[in-house]
Amino acid sequence: MRNKKEKWLAFLLVSPSILAVAVFVYGFIGWTTRVSLTAWKGMIPDYTFVKLQNYIELFTNNLRFEIDIRNTLIFTVIFVFGTLLLGLASALLLDQGLRGEGIFRSLFIFPMAISYIVTGVVWRWLMNPAQGSRLSGLNLLFHTLHLDFLNSLYTATPEWGMAFIAIPAIWQLSGYTMAMYLAGLRAIPDELREAARVDGATEFEIFRYIVLPLLRPVTLSAMIILGHMSLKTFDLVIAVAGKQLPLDMPSINMWQTTFDAHLYGSGAAISILLLVSTAVLIVPYLFFSLRKEGQH
Amino acid sequence: MNRSRSRYWSYIPLVFLAIFYLIPVYVMVMTGFKGGDEISIKEMWNLPNSFDFSNYKLAFEKLAPNLWNSLNVVLPAAVLSSILGSLNGYVLAKWKFKGADIIFPLILFGMFIPYQSILIPLVQVMDKLGLYGGLPGLVLVHIIYGIPITTLTFRNYYASIPNELVEAAKIDGAGMLGIYWNILLPISIPSFVVVLIWQFTQAWNDFLFSVVLTSPKNWTVTVALNNISGGQIVPWNLQMAAAVLAALPTLLVYIFLGRYFLRGMMAGSLKG
Repeated sequence: MRNKKEKWLAFLLVSPSILAVAVFVYGFIGWTTRVSLTAWKGMIPDYTFVKLQNYIELFTNNLRFEIDIRNTLIFTVIFVFGTLLLGLASALLLDQGLRGEGIFRSLFIFPMAISYIVTGVVWRWLMNPAQGSRLSGLNLLFHTLHLDFLNSLYTATPEWGMAFIAIPAIWQLSGYTMAMYLAGLRAIPDELREAARVDGATEFEIFRYIVLPLLRPVTLSAMIILGHMSLKTFDLVIAVAGKQLPLDMPSINMWQTTFDAHLYGSGAAISILLLVSTAVLIVPYLFFSLRKEGQH
Repeated sequence: MNRSRSRYWSYIPLVFLAIFYLIPVYVMVMTGFKGGDEISIKEMWNLPNSFDFSNYKLAFEKLAPNLWNSLNVVLPAAVLSSILGSLNGYVLAKWKFKGADIIFPLILFGMFIPYQSILIPLVQVMDKLGLYGGLPGLVLVHIIYGIPITTLTFRNYYASIPNELVEAAKIDGAGMLGIYWNILLPISIPSFVVVLIWQFTQAWNDFLFSVVLTSPKNWTVTVALNNISGGQIVPWNLQMAAAVLAALPTLLVYIFLGRYFLRGMMAGSLKG
């Protein structure tokens, strides 16, 4: 029964990790859920059960949370589509066996290695909204190049400031989608395109009816990964915009509500809503990814 | 053939894209070199008159304690979470116990959660353990929340090793630990490089855990950089020099070990 003993030993080997994840992920989520159902305000924990009160308050006449939801939607749409499009375009450009491909590829991916804080600090200066004699950053560059129509107020744009925070985010992550698309393109057999060409298909038709459908799984994976990232966006907004109400996100709201205002119950409720929206994307993705793997 | 000639037109958009990616780097690095007399934001696109390293020196003096804090957190966190990931990956790929296929996705989910959802109990527990405010607590947190991705990467790698290799070693009398130590560990060195540099980068770039869990003297470099940026107190050429210093360690890793970095990046989308 040596095998049985070894199996126990194997289980013993992973049990510290399992225990750590069980406590720090699931135990803590459970605890936060509990806190979200309490009246805890102030420095001293108060576990008086208030049912869904904290959640109800978030959805009734809570201007800040309304802004959060709107900003999350704006940011997610622009960030996800921008990153997908730019990633796909660069992958298609690079998938032609051009000289210098490696250099371009490295250039497109390097922002992934940098922290959001660094990115944010630089883009904050680039997206300086000052006008007139204080023109600077990208606006100054556009002015010098006679491209004044590109002049923008960036994050100071009324109502739509959040859209501009997606620009540094796209800058940072389009290399990631490029790498995914490039791997997807390389997996398409050349014979498929050749056969279509022999049948008289144009390059555009090959792209539209062969390449794009075959890339659909890549697009779906990238959308889910990017979508869940955008829900969690935190550092980048802090670094680009500081903490301004028009540019608020649920992650920042949770942080300030909990640790600055000490409204623990309400902060916990925001974080649980954030978790649930992430899980809606990620759980099916994990399920299908692992099931597909099992079939191989 | 017309297709092969037309592809050279692709260099035009590629060069524009390259400019787009390089603009922030240009501004950051060049501004860092500018002396006090040329820091007007009106001149932000001009090349510096001379390469003056004094900003970088000054920024380094300012950030040195924080760079040191980051290093002290990131190195042990990367090493220990890689070792745990490797052991977990080995067991979950080659010694599946009952329920292993349920536990694996449950572990993986941990890398996708918004950490806000665990922050309140995390602060409470760290406080109870006496780890709140200091660096050891931050190391522990990076190790634990690093387990999902390190386990995933190693499990995918070990799963690609033929079972026959393990079976043959068993017949030769090797035990579970012996097989790991003598056979799988040596061939998984490249995976270690992938996981180590990925964890290094992730922990170095972390902001949320550090800002919530450390006291000002223990701030890591991202928190310190965020603190000096944006305001009027620190001149902006100094801010840019500081940003360069904060970005440099992970950029160097990327430049010299880019291939491994890429593999770590792709592992995050579950494609191993």
